Amino acid sequence: MGRSQRDVYGDALVRYGKDNENVVVLDADVSNSTKSAGFGKDFPERFFNAGIAEANMVSMAAGLAATGKIPFINTFAVFLNSIGLIGARNFGSYSKLNMKFIGAYGGLSDSYDGPSHHSLEDIAIFRTLPNFQVFVASDEYLTDWLVKNAIEVNAPMYIRISRDETRTVYTPETKFEAGKGKVIREGNDATIIACGVMVGQAVEAAEKLAEKDIYVRVIDMFTIKPVDRELILESSALTGAIVTAEEHSVIGGLGGAVAEVLTSYGGKIVQEFVGVNDCHAECGQYSQLLDKYGLGVDSLVAAVEKAIARKKEKG
Amino acid sequence: MSISLSRKQELDDLCRKFRMDLIELLYSIQTGHPGGSLSVCEILTALYFEKARVDPKNPGWEHRDRIVLAKGHAAPMLYRILAEKGFFPVEEMKTLRQLNTRLQGHPCALETPGVELSTGPLGIGLSAALGIALGLKLSKIDSTVYAVMGDGELNEGTVWEALMSASKFKADNLVIIIDRNNVQLDGTADEIMPMGDLKAKLEAFGCEVFECDGHNISELCDAIDNAKAVKEKPAAIIARTVKGKGISFMEGESAWHGKPIGFEEYKTAMAELRGEE
Repeated sequence: MGRSQRDVYGDALVRYGKDNENVVVLDADVSNSTKSAGFGKDFPERFFNAGIAEANMVSMAAGLAATGKIPFINTFAVFLNSIGLIGARNFGSYSKLNMKFIGAYGGLSDSYDGPSHHSLEDIAIFRTLPNFQVFVASDEYLTDWLVKNAIEVNAPMYIRISRDETRTVYTPETKFEAGKGKVIREGNDATIIACGVMVGQAVEAAEKLAEKDIYVRVIDMFTIKPVDRELILESSALTGAIVTAEEHSVIGGLGGAVAEVLTSYGGKIVQEFVGVNDCHAECGQYSQLLDKYGLGVDSLVAAVEKAIARKKEKG
Repeated sequence: MSISLSRKQELDDLCRKFRMDLIELLYSIQTGHPGGSLSVCEILTALYFEKARVDPKNPGWEHRDRIVLAKGHAAPMLYRILAEKGFFPVEEMKTLRQLNTRLQGHPCALETPGVELSTGPLGIGLSAALGIALGLKLSKIDSTVYAVMGDGELNEGTVWEALMSASKFKADNLVIIIDRNNVQLDGTADEIMPMGDLKAKLEAFGCEVFECDGHNISELCDAIDNAKAVKEKPAAIIARTVKGKGISFMEGESAWHGKPIGFEEYKTAMAELRGEE
């Protein structure tokens, strides 16, 4: 396991924010949780704690962006995509202001706080907003790059960060590019296209499947929008069976994005959706929650086997 | 220093022209919001023609004052004034709300020269104006940000969040002007959501508050001067206005928030604006 994504994020904000005085950071009284507090400590004049008032925080950030600043907007993902949404839509999406929405505690990672604090809709919501780019951090090195990239690229962005440690799949030398998914492991029998914590789960599932002589390609589709259409179609042609895996509702997220590509551009359409099955979860220990709500390694293994069986049925 | 009587007369004449053009236009296109456009006329005229620093030849000028029309539905009046200032041809007004226009139903900063921020959803314009004010302070740019708000908009909780924040961050480069016309879409403000003692509320949220007749340009200019002089806290001006101002049958009538204008109504309105009883 690597370092927790939020710790890496907080450090990256300080490191890259130091070099660019246009970087400003806003938080809604959860800066010790999102880890934006470190930036506030080092650069107090560029840190705005807006209190527990997310809608105002987001629109304040829009005004800051209108003066050329690069605002990083921090709170739990679930509150950004609900209370903060009007500002995201009107100022980020419609006005193309250079706003960075950092969804902390993505997915089920705030596990003990329960469904009121889980975020299983954020990818779907931000993905529908024109002009938005949407990314999901899968490990510590990607988290770091996402911060750097957000400062360099002038576009409204949503970046989902996990509360917790995730399996390290990259090295400090790994190069990333928006719109280009990463092939983590090669295989010809099926492809798991995952994001976030599910990338680590997919690697583990692939290891288990290899013991049964089933070889799975694993892709980290951290770039949900723009999505890597070529890599999806190539994987579909290569393996004929796709399993999408996300710590998100099965509706409208990564699975939806991949299905849109497959159905629109002539991919071989065998796709299994691993995600939370259109329900709210509950509180509990994180890995137990992942298992119970269909995001465990065993669920992924079963989904791959089902996809391969469907592929064979189709012939 | 107060404006001269002759200058006041010039600006009053300008407002009369804006009202007549507004009625002509909204009658011809059969859409758009007359009520709130008529009430905010003098406020925007005082800003654009007397108090605010803007340059139509250089809309992105770093040292301009920023005017944010938080009550975005008054776009027709904003556009008419921007056109008069020279941001785009007056001729373009007739494309308002039509396909392929730069003049969207609510202000769009990406499309229309001179529009500072895209607004329309009520309650978030003040937050964004505050963000601009904070950004300008960080950049050490000595400009004033004017947030022109409706009083119905004050129903939105975000407005009060923004006021708390403006106070906390000592946004003394922010001047809030409230078009206090007492009428919303569904009825009077008192019927829909009574604001009670608005001055006391704004003061309680940390503003220095001024009041004036929102149809008297001299009073508006004086209030703006006073508001700009406030230090260490945001300033708010409650500009007492009449919704539908200048047209007898529209005045104070919520029905005229966004109703198309009929032929007889158009004739009556124009006669009244020309000064024929």
